[in-house]
Amino acid sequence: MARPMTMTEKILAAHAGKAELAPGDIVSITLDLVMANELSAAVAITEFRKIKGATRVHDPEKIALVPSHFTPNKDIATATLSTLMRDFAKEQKITNYFEVGRGGIEHVVLPENGMVGPGETIIGGDSHTTTYGGIGAFATGVGSTDIAAAFAIGEMWLRVPPSLKVVYEGHLRPYVHGKDLILHTIAEIGVDGATYAAIEFTGPVIKELPMSGRFTMANMSIEAGAKNGIFPVDATTEAYCAAVGKKNYTIFRADPDAQYTRTITIDCSKIEPQVAVPFLPENQKNASDLSDITISQAVIGTCTNGRIEDMRQAAEILKGRKVHPDVRAIVIPGSQKVYMQCIKEGLAEIFVEAGCVLSTPTCGPCVGGHMGVLSAGERCISTTNRNFRGRMGHVQSEVYLAGPYVAAASAIAGHICGPEQLAAEVPA
Amino acid sequence: MILRGTAHKYGKNVDTDVIIPGRYCNLIDPVELGKHALEDLDVNFIKKVKPGDLIVADTNFGCGSSREVAAVALKGAGVSGVVAKSFARIFYRNCINTGLPIFECPEGVDGISDGDKITVDADSGVVTNETSGKQYKSTQLPPFMQELIEMGGLLRYVERRLSDKPQVA
Ligand code: SF4
Repeated sequence: MARPMTMTEKILAAHAGKAELAPGDIVSITLDLVMANELSAAVAITEFRKIKGATRVHDPEKIALVPSHFTPNKDIATATLSTLMRDFAKEQKITNYFEVGRGGIEHVVLPENGMVGPGETIIGGDSHTTTYGGIGAFATGVGSTDIAAAFAIGEMWLRVPPSLKVVYEGHLRPYVHGKDLILHTIAEIGVDGATYAAIEFTGPVIKELPMSGRFTMANMSIEAGAKNGIFPVDATTEAYCAAVGKKNYTIFRADPDAQYTRTITIDCSKIEPQVAVPFLPENQKNASDLSDITISQAVIGTCTNGRIEDMRQAAEILKGRKVHPDVRAIVIPGSQKVYMQCIKEGLAEIFVEAGCVLSTPTCGPCVGGHMGVLSAGERCISTTNRNFRGRMGHVQSEVYLAGPYVAAASAIAGHICGPEQLAAEVPA
Repeated sequence: MILRGTAHKYGKNVDTDVIIPGRYCNLIDPVELGKHALEDLDVNFIKKVKPGDLIVADTNFGCGSSREVAAVALKGAGVSGVVAKSFARIFYRNCINTGLPIFECPEGVDGISDGDKITVDADSGVVTNETSGKQYKSTQLPPFMQELIEMGGLLRYVERRLSDKPQVA
């Protein structure tokens, strides 16, 4: 009998050409997709050029390049990086290059274009590559040297991670979604609670969770230090694959007696809309307890919460209301597809009517790049994934993390506000 | 290889956003990056760091984004190595791939104060606090990773792979 394995172990074994493997083993795996954005690609391409014997990439079909961060280019330096990547895509005949105006943020773009699937191995030059675990892939972020190496040989070395299991029980309260679950989970295990490990997200609540929520949670696995986060493949996953045209994938399931270093059970019935206060994603509070925190900016979007479901949640709150006079609300759909859907469904109109900025897809303010950088002393409620010091601008600015419902409600109230509290304060 | 210099000591969860802030991530030159190393955590770092100095930090050093420029910025600032209780995984990986020596040494971190003179024997992993005279042992890297560092980083390994298996045109 082969050793019982977790989902992550099975995917890695299949890609390492081994019948079984165990945490701690160092293996070389074949990669189904290598992703880079304009920042990581620029360094990776420079490194790739230094590799003796590498003139062509290993397989252009298995590479995706997505300008995301400072796009449309905010200055000459970032324009130079984008050009470097664009030229490389042409030279190497990489067709999965998503130009500005036809793409968006990498982690929103790849799934909706059927570029990632269950059982696949994906690395990306971006720490939030863990997002694709939402669809049941092994996906992890790496540095540019790893990307350069993967461009050349289509493989990477790694140490097989131990797995940790989180079981979500009970039911979701109103206005509680993936973001609230993951903020709660990070608080429970800590920002280094899953370092080097895989997190397997399971339980009855997960079965009910739509793909958007799964991507949000897998996205933030890295905020607990994880190598990857992964969701079991079920009917929801398969329906999503069918909708985006993803075919030819393999489903791996954890063995019932697979070994986990730790199993954590979370009773979701107790979770209210969550906020992580500065300066770590583990600093969890209930939104309803933070009403004395005034804000000057709200950001709704990014790779964490920039999908159509997120836009709908924000619009549900903003509809018929006005953004508080002291607040700038910046709504950024994660991709052109989401942007188009916002227009078709009338959400775009709701946002503009309410007094929001509606931006073209970009990472923008999430990394303090552009489109909403904060000055000293400013506070922002944001659906992004990191509230580190200086993340969105000045080192004396502050970022509070939340889901779209809380971010939108706070934009209206002018202070941090749960969606249920808003109804009493500012009726629609 | 022996690393020798002054210890610059920091706390837990030093993230890559403070190692090299996002606003400088459009730089590529290591020396230029190095001029902004740790600027959001300690504005004086860059004034006091001397070539060969080491960073000593608590747990989860290098958490946050995958920006490889974080490791490059430290090297560019003249840092010869990092001793920490633990490292965030992408940072750890980036250090191995780019050749910035790192050492996991919880006791050493507790036994070293900011400004102490320290020596690290990269081969044996022994960390010596010259100021106090105490010695500590750091965890050994698995052989494959040692081999990567000895080979000069990941890209040299790739070159060897490519020459073993010629590319199909
Ligand atoms: S939206 Fe933010 S976290 Fe996501 S890829 Fe862009 S910069 Fe990174």
